[in-house]
Amino acid sequence: MSDPMRIRAQAQGGGAVVRVLMSHEMETGQRKDAAGKTIPAWHITEVSAALNGKTVLTAQWGTAIAKNPFTEFVVKGAKAGDKITVSWVDNRGDKRSDEAVIA
Amino acid sequence: MTQARSLIAAACLAAAGAVQAQTSTADGIAQYRALLADGNPAELWEIKGEGLWKQRRGPRNASLEACDLGKGPGVVPGAFVELPRFFADTRRVQDLESRLLSCMQALQGFDAAAIAATPFGRGEQANLEALVAYIAAASRGLRFNLPQGHAEERKMAEVGKRVFFFRAGPYDFACASCHDAAGKRIRLQELPNLTLNPGDGVGFAAWPAYRVSSGELWTMQRRLNDCYRQQRFPYPGYASDASIALGVYMGVQARGAVSSAPSIKR
Repeated sequence: MSDPMRIRAQAQGGGAVVRVLMSHEMETGQRKDAAGKTIPAWHITEVSAALNGKTVLTAQWGTAIAKNPFTEFVVKGAKAGDKITVSWVDNRGDKRSDEAVIA
Repeated sequence: MTQARSLIAAACLAAAGAVQAQTSTADGIAQYRALLADGNPAELWEIKGEGLWKQRRGPRNASLEACDLGKGPGVVPGAFVELPRFFADTRRVQDLESRLLSCMQALQGFDAAAIAATPFGRGEQANLEALVAYIAAASRGLRFNLPQGHAEERKMAEVGKRVFFFRAGPYDFACASCHDAAGKRIRLQELPNLTLNPGDGVGFAAWPAYRVSSGELWTMQRRLNDCYRQQRFPYPGYASDASIALGVYMGVQARGAVSSAPSIKR
């Protein structure tokens, strides 16, 4: 089971700045373990964000993204009290979705 | 002659270049940390730890909310900056991790010795890291003020001092070999002088911390473990009295330093 994301969303100048911290191994598939066996790739492939249920951002991620990734974006027209939902899907098909209210 | 002179000139140039590289590298690392500080993944451990603190777990299906970290049962804010300290119920001076082990055994029914023997980052050790992050974060911005009123606490500070300066091993190393003066480095990593207060959020006041290079949250016990590995010493043991004594010594030296833990490290 995946650990929750940490989402901070703050209204700022006609929009909102959203900062998201995700908990994920982001294994590239390039590393080997102590026994010399390749550690299989395990990383987030898709990220999406929605404002009050309407998708405002989608992204395709790969192995170049760091472990426990941090991402920040600006949503135009968002205001305090609106709901931001961030979701990811990884290459094992695991999903995670967390919400935050814009402050 | 000409050759010798040009060699000297080349050496001087190289030295000047090295000095320049040093300052710009240190600045570079500081800049890198500042960029990362906003999204410190240690927060993920803090959230997890808060959940674990309140969750009913273990053979006795109990939460840790009755755990006394030194400020009364269940009081978390401000506890971290006064640890290690003497606890009357265990008759021991304990740091945060050994105290959590005691609580997990007494309240939740876990086997403390088995957890102490678990490798870092696995099983209940991974949960301990999260609990440490949560408890440390609740004292972020407060100043270290370890109690030294009890005779055991003063004894542990003295023991810690002796452990700190004890030279041995294949490299004839002590903690003091690297940490008794300012301006020393291991490769590019600047080392704090731990024989005095190295400043707010530096040295003892910066741990536990998230290490970007390994993507792990390191507790003080893990930090000490790696210091001993680098000295080619046998590790004194998780939550052992020697490791706790070192914590008391460093904590007493760091009195007044503002805790930035859990911080972020390269």
